[in-house]
Amino acid sequence: MIEIKNIQKGFDGRKVIDNVSATLETGKCNLIIGASGSGKTVLMKCLVGLFEPDSGEVLYDEDSITNMNEEDRKMLRQQIGMLFQGSALFDSMTVEQNVRFPLDMFTKLSAKQKHEKVNEVLARVNLAEANNKFPAEISGGMKKRVGIARAIVLNPKFLFCDEPNSGLDPKTSLVIDKLIKEITTEYGMTTVVNTHDMNSVMEIGDKIIFMHQGHKEWEGTNKDIIFSKNEELNQFIFASNFLQDAKDMRMLEAKGKISDDRDMDKLLK
Amino acid sequence: MNFFTHLGRYLLMIKGMFSKPENMRLYWKELMHQCNEIGIRSVGIVVIISIFLGAVTTVQTAYQLITPLIPKTVIAIIVRDNIILELAPTLICVVLAGVVGSRIASELGNMRISEQIDALEIMGINTKTYLILPKIVAALIVVPCLVVLAAVLGIWGGKMAGSLSGILPPEIYNDGLLEDFIPYNVVFAMSKTYTYAFIISSVPAYYGYHVQGGSLEIGRASTKSVIVSCILILLADYALAAILL
Repeated sequence: MIEIKNIQKGFDGRKVIDNVSATLETGKCNLIIGASGSGKTVLMKCLVGLFEPDSGEVLYDEDSITNMNEEDRKMLRQQIGMLFQGSALFDSMTVEQNVRFPLDMFTKLSAKQKHEKVNEVLARVNLAEANNKFPAEISGGMKKRVGIARAIVLNPKFLFCDEPNSGLDPKTSLVIDKLIKEITTEYGMTTVVNTHDMNSVMEIGDKIIFMHQGHKEWEGTNKDIIFSKNEELNQFIFASNFLQDAKDMRMLEAKGKISDDRDMDKLLK
Repeated sequence: MNFFTHLGRYLLMIKGMFSKPENMRLYWKELMHQCNEIGIRSVGIVVIISIFLGAVTTVQTAYQLITPLIPKTVIAIIVRDNIILELAPTLICVVLAGVVGSRIASELGNMRISEQIDALEIMGINTKTYLILPKIVAALIVVPCLVVLAAVLGIWGGKMAGSLSGILPPEIYNDGLLEDFIPYNVVFAMSKTYTYAFIISSVPAYYGYHVQGGSLEIGRASTKSVIVSCILILLADYALAAILL
C-alpha cells in the first residue's frame, strides 16, 4: 500500500501539486487521471522519488520514501517497477538484455537461471519470440510489453505505469490494459497507472484519482465515475457528445429504463 | 543560468559519481565498452591527423629555415618538440573534444530525453556512477595512449615528408631527433594530456546529463559541450605552460 500525505510540489514559484492526499491499495489498479498539465506526471515522479516534494510525504508500507537515506531508498527502488511513457528501453541492448539488466545488476543468479527468468516474463507478456531483437526493430505495443517485462522481472511490490497506452491503437491499448490488470492480481502488486485513456479508466480502474489543476478533485471507482456529479470530472471524461450519449444510455440502463439489447437498438435508431 | 550555477552543478555531478558500484562486473564491462568507444573508434582520425601534422610541420619549418648556416637537424628538433609539447596533446585533444565529446553529450542527452536515465534511477542505480564515471576513467586510460600514438606518428610523418620531398635525408632527421632531447617535455605533455582527458569526458557528460527538452536541445548541448571543452583546453594549456615550464 502507498499512502500519499499532503504532497505539495512547485516549480519556479508555481504550484503544480497542491496538497494531495490519497491511499493507493495493494492488489488493485490505482489510476491517476486528469487533463494534460493537471500534475499527474509530477505526482507520479514524487511518488517514485524522482522529484522531491516541497512538503508532505509518501509512505510505502508505512516507510516514508521522502525521509529515507540514499541506501534505504536504493533498497526500496528494487521493489519498484516502472513502465515509462516511451518505454525507456536501452537502445544498444536486445530485448533479452533489456529484461535481464535488473537481474544482472541486482542478483547473483547463474546465466542459465537468468535466461529462464527472462523467458518466463517475456512469455508472460506474450513476447516469447523477440529475445534477440533490438528496440528499434519492434512495434510500439511490443516495446510497452518489453517495458512491463523489465519492470516485473525482479517481482516488485509496486508497479508504476506512466501513460501505458500513449501512441497505441485502441486494440493494442486493450491488450496492455488487460496485461497490467492480470499482472497486478497475479503478483499481488500495488499498481499505479497514470493515464487519460478512457478505455483504461473503464477497463482497469479499481480506484481512480482525478487530478485537476494540481489538486485531487475526485476519487472513486470505475463504477462510480459514470454517476459522478462532479462538473470538472464530467467535463473531462465525457468531453465528446458520443461519450455523453453513452453515459446517458448507461444511466438509463441503470435505472431499468432499457431492459435488453433490443431496446438499446431501438433507442439508437 | 550563470557561471556559478553551472560550476556548482558540475562539481555536484563529479561528487555524485563516487559511490559504491551496485555490481562491479557490470561496471567493468561498461568501462571496457567506453575504452572501445573513446579509444579504438578514434584511432583512425588520430592516425590521419598526426601523420599530416608531422609532415606539414617539417615542410613549413624547412621553408622558413632557408639559411645554410642552420644545420638541417634543427628541422627535426623543431618538429619533435612541437609535436611532443603542443601538437600531439593539445591539437589531438581538441579534435577528440569534437569526436568524443559530442558523442558523450548526445548519448547521455538522448538517454535523458527518452527517460532511460530515469529508468536506471528507478531501478536503484546511481546513474552518475554507472554512466559518467566509466566514461571519465576510460578517457583517462585511452586518451594518453592516443596522444603517445599521435606523437610517434607525427614524428614519423615528419620524417617521411622530409625524405619524400628531399628536404632532409632520414639519417639527418634521426640525428636531429636525438639532439638536445629533454625528457621533462614528455612529462609535461602527459600532464597536459591527463588534464585534457578529464575535460573532454566530464564537460560533455555534464551537458548531456542535464539536457532538458527535446532533440533540438540534445544538438545544442552537444555543440555547447564541444565549444566549452575547447575553450577549457586552451585555458588549461596556457595555465599548465605557465606553471610547469
